[in-house]
Amino acid sequence: MEELLTLVEKKLRENFGDHIISAEMMRDFPVFAIKRDKIVEVIKYLYDDPEMEFRFLTDLCGIHFPDNKGEELGVIYHLHNMPKNWRIRLRIFFSAEDAVVPTLTTVFSAANWMERETYDFFGIVFKGHPNLKRVLNVEDMIGFPMRKEFPLEDQTREDKDNTMFGR
Amino acid sequence: MATKNQKSKEIRETPVITAEKLEEKEYSILNLGPTHPATHGVFQNILKMDGEVIVDSEPTIGYIHRAFEKLAERRPYYQITPITDRLNYCSSPINNMGWHMTVEKLIEAKIPKRVEYMRIIIMELSRITDHLVCNSVIGVDSGALTGFVYVFEEREKIYEIYEEICGSRLTTNIGRIGGFERDFNDVAWAKLKKFMAEFPKVLKEFEKLLVRNRIFMDRTIGAGAISAERALNYGFTGPNLRAAGVDYDVRVMNPYSSYEDFEFTIPVGTNGDTYDRFMVREEEIWQSYSIIKQAMEKIEKLPAGVFHADVPDFYLPPKEEVYNNMEALIYHFKIVMGETEIPKGEVYHCVEGGNGELGFYLVSDGGRTPYRLHFRRPCFIYYQAYPEMIRGNLLSDAIVTMSSMNVIAGELDA
Repeated sequence: MEELLTLVEKKLRENFGDHIISAEMMRDFPVFAIKRDKIVEVIKYLYDDPEMEFRFLTDLCGIHFPDNKGEELGVIYHLHNMPKNWRIRLRIFFSAEDAVVPTLTTVFSAANWMERETYDFFGIVFKGHPNLKRVLNVEDMIGFPMRKEFPLEDQTREDKDNTMFGR
Repeated sequence: MATKNQKSKEIRETPVITAEKLEEKEYSILNLGPTHPATHGVFQNILKMDGEVIVDSEPTIGYIHRAFEKLAERRPYYQITPITDRLNYCSSPINNMGWHMTVEKLIEAKIPKRVEYMRIIIMELSRITDHLVCNSVIGVDSGALTGFVYVFEEREKIYEIYEEICGSRLTTNIGRIGGFERDFNDVAWAKLKKFMAEFPKVLKEFEKLLVRNRIFMDRTIGAGAISAERALNYGFTGPNLRAAGVDYDVRVMNPYSSYEDFEFTIPVGTNGDTYDRFMVREEEIWQSYSIIKQAMEKIEKLPAGVFHADVPDFYLPPKEEVYNNMEALIYHFKIVMGETEIPKGEVYHCVEGGNGELGFYLVSDGGRTPYRLHFRRPCFIYYQAYPEMIRGNLLSDAIVTMSSMNVIAGELDA
């Protein structure tokens, strides 16, 4: 897996230079931090390049770190090259005030609902998405439930003491 | 029926018939679901129909969304297992095992071979139940109820095996982080052996009912076909992808739980239609059967009595030790009160679920609960191809297509 990291990193640095923020191993996964604006170009390149051929989008999901000021929200992409069985993870982080990411539906049809889900739960807007609306929650819901500030249950309850439990 | 007034109005204003007007078609809208006997779960599809041909459809999902990812952020690791039961409830044990293995990957636990083989037996049994349900339901939707009733008896026998092992049937909560809560008892082994002896005959009879059945073949061949390229682009995994001709199986590509020790083949289809999906599942049942057989042989050669790994920080000690032994009491307290040190890190672990690659993306910040847990739910990802698959097909094809895709509402909506 180390070889995969160096191989992909070399390829990406050649083509995208400064837009690749970092490349590291996390357990068995090569992980690349990419600048947000270039993410679709990077994935498109990984899709098309004859040596890379990451033609399968395994997963796309959001994440929220409220304490990382300026980089609160993130989107995580898992790509897979099936014939060679290479898996990589790409991450982008950006501010919650400006949560706009270019859409990946132009490359993978599978990204359609995954992006809708991410929008639904994190409020990340995917620019250029054909049908960006809530997918699992009710349409008139207020707020984005997977953000950390969203309470798990009704906060007016007084019958429960959570000081000892929970996050 | 037109009233008198309308009639006279029509006569007064004779419509001008132009070429465009003749071309213009009127479509009818059909609301299929959310609760409909033919959808087997809570699925709504608003179909735009031209006669009996589907022109377009708009699926609505989320009817049984239960916010599992949010719940998981507030629960200690061992309490997340019951949540995973309720994803794909036709094969809960696979989800449970997948979750245990994800945590074991995070804490880098070493699992004894015997436990891994026991897990394989459970996982393959649940793959059999999952495929039996799916395949027999395709039969039901094309008008053959007999097979469905017949194989459900076998499913019942598998559930009785679960019952011996973990005490429950559908939502199993089977196993623990590190292994099993108890060893398989003699009754469980006996039931398993009895099942293994009787099952092939039943499955052969089931296949005789459908595989070369003219009516069934006419109904399913060509219905809801998808090409391998489109299937990959849509993120298909599992039997649906293999039916389209791609030999991708997590058990072979990224072996977990010692699948590399087993001999089995991965069946692939060619057209990616309903019949191929049916046949791929049918063959997979035989393969699962053979894997269980191999696992039972392998377990017999291993020393008995090992049923969990040595991970005292995560695996609850036996109760009598908790009462008599200081160390066990401390571990028990630490696990229950969430005082265990959990490593920081990110892991992605995937298993071959009943209907595709079931992935767990777990981010831990060292707290007692996951910082973020994302389930890669296979049918959430491939169900979005449904409108494309049924476009231009008949309504009856849409029904068998949906049942052959093995879309489970619990997993779809999470």
